[in-house]
Amino acid sequence: MTQLDGIVKPKTKRSKRFLESRAPKLIEDVRSTMIMKGGNTSQTITTALKDIYSLKKPNAVLYKKKNITRPFEDSTSLEFFSKKTDCSLFLFGSHNKKRPNNFIFGRMFDFHVLDMFELGIEKFVSLSEIKTSKFPEGTKPLLVFAGEVFDTDNEYKRLKSLLIDFFRGPTVSAVRLAGLEHVLHFTALEGKIYMRSYRCLLKKSGCRTPRIELEEIGPSFDFVMRRTHLASDDLYKLAHKQPKALKPKKKKNISHDVFGTTFGRVHMQKQDLSKLQTRKMKGLRKRKGEVVEEGHEGQEPKVAKVES
Amino acid sequence: MFDPASHVLRCEMTNMAACSVEELLAKAEQEEAEKLKSISVQKELDLEFDVGNLLACDKNRIESRDFREQRKEDFLRALARDNTQLLINEIWKLPTERIAEVIVAKLPEQTTRLPREKPPPKPRPPTRWEQFAKLKGIQNKKKTNLVWDETAKEWRRRWGYKRANDNTKDWLVEVPETADPNEDQFARRTKAKKERVAKNELNRLKNIARAQKIKTPGVGLLPKAQQSKDELAKAVNVAKTSTASVGRFQDRLPKEKPPKNSGKKRKFEPLIGDFSTEKKKQLELLKLMSSKTPKLDITKAVNTQMRQEDREEAAARRRKGAGGKGRKGSMAGRGKGKGGKGKGGKAGGGGKRRGKPGKH
Repeated sequence: MTQLDGIVKPKTKRSKRFLESRAPKLIEDVRSTMIMKGGNTSQTITTALKDIYSLKKPNAVLYKKKNITRPFEDSTSLEFFSKKTDCSLFLFGSHNKKRPNNFIFGRMFDFHVLDMFELGIEKFVSLSEIKTSKFPEGTKPLLVFAGEVFDTDNEYKRLKSLLIDFFRGPTVSAVRLAGLEHVLHFTALEGKIYMRSYRCLLKKSGCRTPRIELEEIGPSFDFVMRRTHLASDDLYKLAHKQPKALKPKKKKNISHDVFGTTFGRVHMQKQDLSKLQTRKMKGLRKRKGEVVEEGHEGQEPKVAKVES
Repeated sequence: MFDPASHVLRCEMTNMAACSVEELLAKAEQEEAEKLKSISVQKELDLEFDVGNLLACDKNRIESRDFREQRKEDFLRALARDNTQLLINEIWKLPTERIAEVIVAKLPEQTTRLPREKPPPKPRPPTRWEQFAKLKGIQNKKKTNLVWDETAKEWRRRWGYKRANDNTKDWLVEVPETADPNEDQFARRTKAKKERVAKNELNRLKNIARAQKIKTPGVGLLPKAQQSKDELAKAVNVAKTSTASVGRFQDRLPKEKPPKNSGKKRKFEPLIGDFSTEKKKQLELLKLMSSKTPKLDITKAVNTQMRQEDREEAAARRRKGAGGKGRKGSMAGRGKGKGGKGKGGKAGGGGKRRGKPGKH
């Protein structure tokens, strides 16, 4: 059975649990990110990668060693690492003469590259350069995108989707209102993308909703878009496919009208009108004597039977 | 007692009171507007929110003139503040809850569709047995996990390690009359058990291979207690072809028949030579293609027919079983049973036949 060697049957409970954790799930876990550097990196890139890592912290892996690979030419090594660490998002930083201070944001689908964006860093201010108090680790950020390009241009649309995926953090059912401290603002303007990170201060406004003041905490980037690798429409659609079990089930025989009113049909059992309680009156009351007589009639034949 | 002066005075007082009420209202309105002013932001186009992701998208055009005139950082911060304020306003509208001294806002479903990390999980393909059971309408019976062990006088697992009524653990085994008296009956039982386990493992692997659509090598011979004639013939063939020259120089016995189902060797027509056979073949093929009546593959047709009948019977049995359950409670089941009979005429007949011997 040499051909069947590829199928692994776990021998221990532990390895079984591990394989289950890696298997595709109906409701997926939080995406984890691998952050790695290429063959050559500048000081800017190194600190920038570290800063992004500190933004993403619990769900990210920072690779310490350099990996001499070019994702746009050959993505196999990235795919290998993605499979190894079960990461579906990656950030790759490199620096060379042709493309100085280069970031590659990307995501995977089924351990293959779905889309990649090469963003060159024009200006960078690190997290440590701005001396203010920061936000606690693992805070779910508020994401804001500004600029009409994010809705008109196809590349920017995809980039927006990727950035949302990259920075949104875990999916949660509820948030602590006082814990909304971190704002990531992306502005697309004049061919550049400005990424700014602010601390959000909730001030009293006199009503329930607080007034917002922002304080820059870094890291802040001025990006220019360089090369892109977009998934084909087919693959992109396939990646968005929702499993059947997650789709909301249609309820039969229920309809809604324009105003949101629900229409349905209620089925009732036939009412027994003989037991209906009508108004009690003295005249309609059953008499005790009648009942007794009826009982006598019922018993008589029985007696006769015994005699014969 | 009437004092006009005091009356006038009273009127004035009421007038004054009315004035102050209006003023107060106006004042309050103004105050409220001022309060709201600090949290309200004017935008040409409304922002798009996906509060489930804590996300806002501002589609408004950004005036690049403003951007150049002001200092860049200040402009970006002002823009971010306005947008964040709008997002925060939206979040504060959500229903809140107090959990462990902390106010928590419940987030709605996310509206932005993002791609999945991995393709959705596939259902496990049915095993060979499951396919067969479905065809025949065999349903699983729930068995208890623990069974009473008479010899040990305790409840034990039905199967597996330390199972109840384990026949390989008997201390005494009767030697059957037909058996060889020198054979070790204990060893025979353990061996049989081991073979059953091995067979099951093989079946498991075959199921996996079938699910993955991998071609499995034809298993030459399985260990068996009694080999049939066909199996013996197969064994001989396997042995014959297991030489360095793949059985090319193996002699044949005088009356030996050529091996059955040993695979076909491809044969090609000569490139040049007799064209009449080729012509004949092509014409036949054309005739077959042009004919309206499809060629009937009898074995295939018979097989499909048999399968169909089996399936119908299984379905009818299942329906009947469900009807029986219903009949216990009320007489409503009767109509159901009739319907079933009407649909699968054959299946219903089978049920009747089976029913009769029980009655007599």
